[in-house]
Amino acid sequence: MKNNKVVSLAVIIALGSLFACKPKNAGNAISGDAAAKAYVAPGKYDEFYNFVSGGFSGQMAVYGLPSGRLLRVVPVFSVDPEKGYGYSEESKPMLNTSHGMVPWDDLHHPELSQTNGEVDGRWLFGNANNTPRVARIDLTTFRTAEIIELPNSGGNHSSPFITENTEYVIAGTRFSVPPDDKNGDVPINSYKKNFKGTLSFISVDKTDGKMAIAFQIECPGVNFDLSHSGKGKSHGWFFFSCYNTEQANTLLEVNASQRDKDFIMAVNWKKAEEYIKAGKGKKQKVRYAHNTYSDVTHTATSEILTDVTVLDSKELKDICYFIPCPKSPHGCDVDPSGEYIVGSGKLAALIPVFSFDKMQKAIAAKDYAGEFEGIPVIKYESALYGEVKKPGLGPLHTEFDGKGNAYTSFFVSSEIVKWNIKDLKVLDRASTFYSVGHLCIPGGDSRKPNPKYLIAYNKITKDRYLPTGPELAQSAQLFDISGDKMQLILDFPTIGEPHYAQAIAAEKIKNNSVKIFKIEENQNPYVSKGEATAKVVREGNKVHVYATAIRSHFAPDNIEGIRMGDEVYFHVTNLEQDWDVPHGFAIKGADNAELLIMPGETQTLKWIPGKVGIYPMYCTDFCSALHQEMQGYVRVSPAGSNVPLMFSTGKNQPAKEDQD
Amino acid sequence: MKKLLSLCIAFSIIAIIAACGGSENKSQDSATTETTSASGSESATNANPSYDPNRGEGKFKDVMIADKLDVAMAADGKKAYDIKCSSCHKLTDERLVGPGWKGVSGRHQPDWILNFITNTDAMIDKDPKVQAQLEICLVRMPNQSLSDSDARALLEFMRENDGVK
Repeated sequence: MKNNKVVSLAVIIALGSLFACKPKNAGNAISGDAAAKAYVAPGKYDEFYNFVSGGFSGQMAVYGLPSGRLLRVVPVFSVDPEKGYGYSEESKPMLNTSHGMVPWDDLHHPELSQTNGEVDGRWLFGNANNTPRVARIDLTTFRTAEIIELPNSGGNHSSPFITENTEYVIAGTRFSVPPDDKNGDVPINSYKKNFKGTLSFISVDKTDGKMAIAFQIECPGVNFDLSHSGKGKSHGWFFFSCYNTEQANTLLEVNASQRDKDFIMAVNWKKAEEYIKAGKGKKQKVRYAHNTYSDVTHTATSEILTDVTVLDSKELKDICYFIPCPKSPHGCDVDPSGEYIVGSGKLAALIPVFSFDKMQKAIAAKDYAGEFEGIPVIKYESALYGEVKKPGLGPLHTEFDGKGNAYTSFFVSSEIVKWNIKDLKVLDRASTFYSVGHLCIPGGDSRKPNPKYLIAYNKITKDRYLPTGPELAQSAQLFDISGDKMQLILDFPTIGEPHYAQAIAAEKIKNNSVKIFKIEENQNPYVSKGEATAKVVREGNKVHVYATAIRSHFAPDNIEGIRMGDEVYFHVTNLEQDWDVPHGFAIKGADNAELLIMPGETQTLKWIPGKVGIYPMYCTDFCSALHQEMQGYVRVSPAGSNVPLMFSTGKNQPAKEDQD
Repeated sequence: MKKLLSLCIAFSIIAIIAACGGSENKSQDSATTETTSASGSESATNANPSYDPNRGEGKFKDVMIADKLDVAMAADGKKAYDIKCSSCHKLTDERLVGPGWKGVSGRHQPDWILNFITNTDAMIDKDPKVQAQLEICLVRMPNQSLSDSDARALLEFMRENDGVK
């Protein structure tokens, strides 16, 4: 009897613990060893970094794989209170555009830099979809190092995909618009006449990564949706998916879904380079911002540039070619060999696979079906390698495993389908929960995929996690693809909306991580190198506080003589030179923000006191056992007050009579 | 019955372990870290006979120091002190965040000082004198990423501060 009780107890505990770990639904998709495959023990590192777009959050999320642990959110196109990005005086210029400061944008596609067609872990690029920009993130600091705006663009969606040696980052406009140097005050329904699509070729400096718009190609007004670089044999070419070849300007849901086929556009960018060298480009007067962040001055600068060189695809007949592609293609993906170009007609029930060799022959033989807006259209059959028949509904994106297989996401039928590129046969299907958009295999769009895992980024989460009101966590799902069959091993929530993602072996990044900024090399104009240089300087109504922070005090920590009407700038230098010891800075009533200052860095908070009184300030990042002691006071007096400006640390002791 | 029982118990234990993972609580909270090392929970390593409390632990060994002060080197040391040390250490014997520097070059061997200021974390975890100091100051001395030459210059500055001519 007693034994029976123990048995039942044990069984209950056992079952209870099992159920505690199991997904609440669709659990039958999980086999027994899934947890072990995604398990990374405490204190152990993940095998891969996974860079996932934060979608409408405007940021880039960094996960470890296979654990799905969120390691960091890198602020890119939106202000980020956690890191002070867009709040500190030093970082504000990063979000400047020709339209002024844009505090929140929409980041869609991460793309890692490549060398010889392999991801190299140096930089990560991302696109702002709304106010068209491309950002470069430095993977030694996991910070946005540079942002360049794109003129002549709207809805920068087919972006920021790169060539195999990172010669260019390419950004195509989704929305065609009248060129910036033309009068844009035109009727919207004059789309066909006045609207153009522009492709931007951004050069990337081989050593420091600095971006510049090398040239743009002006194309007919359609929507350029996604793109990918040729590689290997097709290096020198770039491929874009085009929809709305109906050139509709309203109710695109119906009006841009009329034609049986839209296009993949093939662009010979080596040829375009020749034309630029031959002076065939036309200078256009435009305005666009170029912002860079310096890790030496710890300051961003923004400049407005006014020139761009544009090639006309209509005039120069041999840069751009259209290939018909069924039904509003979305993804445009090139296999690791560079021979096969996969177009995913999102309203089609098949996947067309085009052959680079056949396309080249068709161009040489001028095997055209006609022209579209002055651009030659290659015959569908002349460029087609074959079609994957009945693969699923709503194909969107394809990644590759480098072993001859492709994996395509299907939004409508909510699945990932693995198929063989050579014989176009479907090999395996795996359901996703729910409605997968993008997918990612480490290096899956490069010449050398690292095909251990596949991650599906789902558009609908529904019942996968505990409900959190109307808005639910977005969801990613991790599949083990090392065997013949895909195996779902983990769900993990993501920030914003995950669009594209990239992953890379941890070894290619982790040892290059910057741990501190050397205080000796800090060239911020307001740096305090050592407590002896801390000071407060009045310049008219501007007061500059040159402050230092170290465990666990600020210098100065008592400031008097601030007057109403003053603008106070706290320039806080973190004197620490050890990894993982940031200090924070906050002062009561600051209507701007707080600061977070990395070791060896200087950051500035602008503060305009709102009323007379005593204002406490303190460190917001728990730094030591005496963190709660890391505080100070600022006294604000009325305008015109004659309280002298004074500042100190540890010296401002009570007067004798006050001590009693 | 007995077999079934043990099987069930074993299964439940495995399930619990699988469910919850090894929960080694490696706290990142520096306060906790300080308490554990200050209370001597790592006494096993303290008792390690390979640790030399006179030399400390690090790359410096048998560093030769001249009797006379190297004035130029001491001046370099003062510069490093101003940037990286002065926030916490006074030049008198008065404690600020850490102990004052008066007499420090006499209290410790040159090797010990050089090792401590360049290999700080390891020595905080192992050195009995440092651990005693930590119980007083309660702030783990930060590693300030000193170059070897900066460290040597700082030692010279400490000697100057202690009256070496």
